[in-house]
Amino acid sequence: MWKWIQAFASPKNFYQISQKIIPWFLVPFIVLALVGLYWGLIVAPVDYQQGESYRIMFIHVPAAWMSMFVYLVLAISGGIGLIWQIKLAYVVAKVSAPIGAAFTFLALVTGAVWGKPMWGTWWVWDARLTSELILLFLYLAYMSLNNAFDNPKTASKASSVLAIVGLVNLPIIHYSVNWWNTLHQGASVSVNKVAIQDSDMLIALLLMGMAFKFLYGALMLMRARDEVLVTEQNSSWVKKVIMEHK
Amino acid sequence: MNIYLRALKRDLRIAIRNPSSILNPLLFFIISVSLFPLAISPESATLAQIAAGIIWVASMLSVLLSLNALFHHDFENGVLEQMVISHHSLPLLILSKITAHWILTGIPIILLSPLLGLFLFLDGDGIWILMITLLLATPSLSLIGALGASLIVGIKNSGMLLSLLILPLYIPILIFASSAVSQAQFGLEITGQLYFLATILMVSLMSAPFVSSIALKISLE
Repeated sequence: MWKWIQAFASPKNFYQISQKIIPWFLVPFIVLALVGLYWGLIVAPVDYQQGESYRIMFIHVPAAWMSMFVYLVLAISGGIGLIWQIKLAYVVAKVSAPIGAAFTFLALVTGAVWGKPMWGTWWVWDARLTSELILLFLYLAYMSLNNAFDNPKTASKASSVLAIVGLVNLPIIHYSVNWWNTLHQGASVSVNKVAIQDSDMLIALLLMGMAFKFLYGALMLMRARDEVLVTEQNSSWVKKVIMEHK
Repeated sequence: MNIYLRALKRDLRIAIRNPSSILNPLLFFIISVSLFPLAISPESATLAQIAAGIIWVASMLSVLLSLNALFHHDFENGVLEQMVISHHSLPLLILSKITAHWILTGIPIILLSPLLGLFLFLDGDGIWILMITLLLATPSLSLIGALGASLIVGIKNSGMLLSLLILPLYIPILIFASSAVSQAQFGLEITGQLYFLATILMVSLMSAPFVSSIALKISLE
């Protein structure tokens, strides 16, 4: 098992194998997203309280799920890189960061778009929204630390330490923000008021959630392939790959 | 322990011989607090309500300002490398630097806070609670800050980067500390907030010296 992992984790093998794996993420994403959107936009009934506008949930909630999931992947693969010195883990962490930040941003923007018709305002200092905003800051901090070093090896190690510290802090931040919100204002609005009781809504949401997971897998692998080429630019197999594609 | 005290003495002596390194963050602290009445309103009721938040944000920013220098000089003249390769425990040496940083910025901020509290019309109880929260939480600011500073020790012009790394991690402290003061002004129970601040202090005291020694070794590779 260990040997198999090491063999896969060598940049050259990864580059070759990932090419075959990417379709296995892309095709399920497209199928699930199409079915999920159909289910969410057409099959699922109109919400008795929120009307049609609740349907942005089918993008908003999966994006918020992914924003946390990708941070988890980022921190864990940073940890794997630090402990077992696997270069590929750093690559996964590095390329995951912009994707995760994009999901976080998407969750914030769709939240604002959803908030306007529901609450009459683009932004509320709701506990969840605030935690999501801080998560975006953590992603940006990771990315800028990763870009700040001249030596890429130092960059990936230092930013992995930061990612792990951030992961430890995330629950503390989350609970402190929750508490702060309940102290400062009564729960006038809560994002989680949408009690999903209708099974069609739930199916659509789960389909979209899975679609977003596959999308992340595909995007991450595609970016990782490019990143591997950059980090291994001096090795002979990269030169061969480049020559073949000329 | 001996080496801890010797390193602490050295840092304090260096700072005392260069007083502007101590005074500048404090002046920044005072000036930034006195900007708020000008920007918001000179009315005592308004200011008393937001005093704790203002003082806490200002003290975080001035701690942040002084953190840039925490490892910088020792890095430039090679002392930091000697610390890493010496046979003494690196976390202990880092802890001594953190202690020096807290003595030089945390304690003066705590001592100045009653004055600034008066400026912002905080009442007697509020000032006491403000001082207690500062006493409980400024060490955490130094500890977490040292962690951030050790990550970027080799980078030039890293001031902005440091704030981006550290301020998100300071948010829980800010929330608990300023809510303790504003709750106390209403005569409410605040032991919960104080326990949280103490917990954060204990956790960062136990982990920050070790994590920043790992980070220092990475940055100096």
